[in-house]
Amino acid sequence: MQPIAMSAKDLSVSYGDSPAVRKVSLDFAAKQVTALIGPSGCGKSTFLRSLNRMNDLIPNCVVTGEIWIRDQDVNSPSTDVVSLRQKIGMVWQRPNPFHKSIYENIAFGPRYHGVKNKKKLDEIVEESLKKAALWEETKDRLHNSALALSGGQQQRLCIARSIAVKPELILMDEPASALDPVSTSKIEELIAELKQDYCIVIVTHNMHQAARVSDKTAFFLNGEVVEHDLTHNIFTNPQKPATNDYITGRFG
Amino acid sequence: MKSATTGTRGMFTSDRGMNNFNNRMFTFFVWGISACIILFICALLYLILQKGLPSLTWDFIMGLPSEMEEGGGIGPALFNSFYMLLISLLIAVPLGMMAGIYLAEFAPENKVISFVRICVEGLASVPSIIFGLFGIALFVEMFQVGLTIIGGAVSLAFLNLPVMTRVTEEAIRAVPQDMKQASFALGATHLQTIRRALIPTAVSGIVTGICLVAGRAFGESAVIILTAGVTTSGEMWDFNLLSPGETLAVHLWYVQSEAIVPDAVSISDKSAAVLVFIILMFNILFRIPLWIKERKSR
Repeated sequence: MQPIAMSAKDLSVSYGDSPAVRKVSLDFAAKQVTALIGPSGCGKSTFLRSLNRMNDLIPNCVVTGEIWIRDQDVNSPSTDVVSLRQKIGMVWQRPNPFHKSIYENIAFGPRYHGVKNKKKLDEIVEESLKKAALWEETKDRLHNSALALSGGQQQRLCIARSIAVKPELILMDEPASALDPVSTSKIEELIAELKQDYCIVIVTHNMHQAARVSDKTAFFLNGEVVEHDLTHNIFTNPQKPATNDYITGRFG
Repeated sequence: MKSATTGTRGMFTSDRGMNNFNNRMFTFFVWGISACIILFICALLYLILQKGLPSLTWDFIMGLPSEMEEGGGIGPALFNSFYMLLISLLIAVPLGMMAGIYLAEFAPENKVISFVRICVEGLASVPSIIFGLFGIALFVEMFQVGLTIIGGAVSLAFLNLPVMTRVTEEAIRAVPQDMKQASFALGATHLQTIRRALIPTAVSGIVTGICLVAGRAFGESAVIILTAGVTTSGEMWDFNLLSPGETLAVHLWYVQSEAIVPDAVSISDKSAAVLVFIILMFNILFRIPLWIKERKSR
């Protein structure tokens, strides 16, 4: 059993008066992939965004409860959001590279955190691209614009970009839903590769994907976690009728 | 298969005659209007440049103006145009950009800020002569410095500040949200995000704004007549901020309406050509870095 990398306790999120996540408690083990599944609007993306406090950017969004990384409460006012987000990488649904070169996209984060040495930056860029399985395709055109890459490559670039700041966790919000099947399977291979080093939390609408890539799965419905178990158990022997209905496609 | 070929109407013949007609009329109309506008602009440019450019000489561009005799140049006025433009941009661009960034990124959404926004928009469309009067009140009456380059430049900066603010705000707002989020998620502070992610993405819009205000400042006359005067110090390369600061646009107005030199018409033709030529150059020169950047990102 892997140690716990992050755990949420009684986490609630509401936008104004409407609650989106209600008292969710979940543990995420290190070096494991946890998939969050559930119908649209069930609060899984909102939950994911609270883990690195991206919800701070949304006015009138209220987060209560605790999120623990080791002995640090993410939601405590004394937490430095900047160094917190360095520890937690994030990948979005739509690839969102900066309008800069491939090299600059990767070097962006490390530069923020004070890496100025050219050689050190080169190393980080190479290492991150290799980890994201993008090095072979891009090593000859590191200084070309990132926007010239294909969608799948851009998404892997975004993953490389978040790896470059040496996080411990990576949050992925439907990372493959805007990509074609070939790119999707590349991203999935990459996730399997990355979990040897990182704790990964992935939101997905694709249940086959959840079954393929994750070790554990949490099923969200109406802002609550209905069931949280090993992925194998969720998909072969769900305990709750709602979970069964969802994975067999009766709703959602 | 028979039915498809019988009759005069084929399978894809449109029976939405009126819609089609309207569509064609509209296309024709839009085309026509665009053509008229382009023709008008070209004719105007041709008229101005054709009158002025052929007789343009280096002596005229760099020479000193004369009050009575033929053959005066526009040197000091041209120099003042650039000098005042530079000073006014040095004031208006940083201040305007900072205000624009504040409005786009930091300002809370409340009534006070909406009111400020309306004020900025209103100021952007206030007639320039009002800014000239303000310049008089500030420099001539309060500071008692008379008609000076610095007075003109600062008044020009005030004139351009609201436009610069507005354009920057719009450009920053137009940056996709996910770009901003990506930067934050990498552990960037707000300042780092603005400097390294937002401004580089918005730079095209901001440069357009700078072009706009530079062109306006270069061609402005009312503000300068009131705050910097209609005379120059009569010397070339006079960097003294307290010299009188007639610019080329003002000189053009002056020779056309007040001057008694015999070749006033020719001077104003040539001045107009220089003025138009320089403003065209501005718009091209400012864009070159953007073109290079766009090429790179293709």
